[in-house]
Formats: sequence, structure tokens, C-alpha cells
Amino acid sequence: MDTIRAIEQQQIRDDLPAFGVGDNIKVHYRVVEGTRERVQVFEGRVIRRHGSSNRETFTVRKISFAVGVERTFPVHSPKIVKIEVTGRGKVRRSKLYYLRDKVGKSARLKEKSY
Amino acid sequence: MVTTILGRKLGMTQVWSENDELIPVTVIEAGPCVVSQVKTVKRDGYAAVQLAFGDIKESKVNKPSAGHFAKAGVTPRRHIAEVRLDEGEDVKVGSEITVSVFEDVPTVHVTGTSKGKGFAGVMKRHNFSGGPGGHGSHFHRAPGSVGQASTPSRIFKGSKMAGHMGDETVTVRNLDVVKVDSEQNLLLVKGAVPGAKGALLTIRSA
Repeated sequence: MDTIRAIEQQQIRDDLPAFGVGDNIKVHYRVVEGTRERVQVFEGRVIRRHGSSNRETFTVRKISFAVGVERTFPVHSPKIVKIEVTGRGKVRRSKLYYLRDKVGKSARLKEKSY
Repeated sequence: MVTTILGRKLGMTQVWSENDELIPVTVIEAGPCVVSQVKTVKRDGYAAVQLAFGDIKESKVNKPSAGHFAKAGVTPRRHIAEVRLDEGEDVKVGSEITVSVFEDVPTVHVTGTSKGKGFAGVMKRHNFSGGPGGHGSHFHRAPGSVGQASTPSRIFKGSKMAGHMGDETVTVRNLDVVKVDSEQNLLLVKGAVPGAKGALLTIRSA
């Protein structure tokens, strides 16, 4: 068991900023198109963090051309170039699935104040 | 060269490949194995080596196997297995086989004993579809008709029926080798292998 944990520990990235559910983030993600490689930015709210260790994933939701788009990334993926945290939302639950049923003004989150 | 090794299944996890794709892997503690006996065509009628693997307490070794290991001049091990040799191969008694023999091997066959499922019905054991769950149906998980009355008026041998499932030798062929860690004696193969965690496995080059 410890050997497996050690293997997983090696894969964990510690260079990414801490972010949680409700935060507004920009994910810079490397995509391969044929032989070319470029960096794509996906910006939105984090609505879920799921799993643990090197299997952990997070889901980002944004509204693109009036259509809700969700994308799930592995937290420790080497394809993530960087993550920028642009805002911290005030939330009271760990999964923000209720945002899927909200449109416009009601789909906003209050900013966290420290 | 002997490209077979005994190992212990440690469990499964995920690792990123070179092109940054997540691959499911089974971690196997493979070897080190020691050659405890060499069989030759001249003496035994066929060429083979006997591999021994796994720690065992001195007090747990029975006298016949203690004598067998003492003859080979190696410390006693828990498991032994025999591997056939090709003609002209020369392996010495007492030589060690480590996981590094798989360094240039792309795929392996893994043999183990599958998890026992006990007495299982036909839906679990043979993937029968079963009957409807409700709407007045009384036919749920039973096998249904297994034969007719006048012809053949018997049940054919080998009909799929309920019975003991699992706990049998299973070989998974052509698993990709993802990583070989000679320092820690670890072998990472893509996908699942038979058996529970801690189960004994035989890994041979495909």
C-alpha cells in the first residue's frame, strides 16, 4: 500500500496555486492538434473537486455563447501549464451543481471577503 | 536468458505516460527470484529452472524444503515455480533473477489465481440475461429451460449452470510494460491482473 502511495506521491504537482470550489480560475491547458501544440485557456467557476491523491479532478463551468460548458481536468495533469485564480467565490457547499439550473444574475456568486 | 519472474500484486493506480496521458496500471512487486534448482535433459528429461520467491520465517520452513534450499545453497523462500528453458541456455543454481530482465520487454503475460466468487448463479457466472424484474413476472435470475422431455430427454454435458466461480488460474496476455523500477523491484503493467492484493503472480515476457 505504501509503495502505491509513494508512486502516486511522485506524480503530484505542488507548483499550482491552491484553489477551491467557487473560485474563478483560468486554466492554461496544452492541446495537441496533429503535430502542433498550443496552449488553450479555459476560464470559469470551479464547481467541483473530486477524488484524492493523483486521481483528483476538478470541473470548471463557464457560459459560452449563452450555453453552459463544463470541463473536467485532472489536478495533477502535466498538460496544465498554469492555473490563475482570478476570484474567490463565497460558497456554502462543496459541489455547486445548483448553478446548472441558474441563468444570468442568479448564477453569480458573492466574492469572498477576508 | 530467463524472462520469467514471480511477483506479488500490490494494487492499482494511475500514472501519466510520456505523452501526458493517464494510464491505469497494476503495481507488481516482481522478484528478486533465486534459482533453486536446474533441471537438465540428461538427468530430468527436459531443461528447466526452478525459481524461488518471497520471504519466509526460518521456523515456518518444513524440513524437506529446508533441505532442498540448503542443497542449492540459498536461503528458503515462500514460493517456488518451474520455468522451461530453451536448448543451450545455461543458468547457474543460486543466480538471481531481478525485474531488470524486463527492461527491454514491451509486453508481458501475467498469470495468477482469480478472486473466488463462491457458488455463483448463471447471471453472474455465464452472463445470462435473466428475466424481467417485475410486472407479474416470477422469472428473475433462474437459468430457464436446460433441455426437452422426449428428445434428448437428458441434459447435455457442459451446459452452462450455476456453480463455483473464480479461484482459477487466469492468464492475461500482452499487457504493456509501463515502467520497470529495478531499485525497488517494481513492475508497472497497463491494466488489471488476476487476483487480490498480495496475490502471487507469474510474469513472463510475451
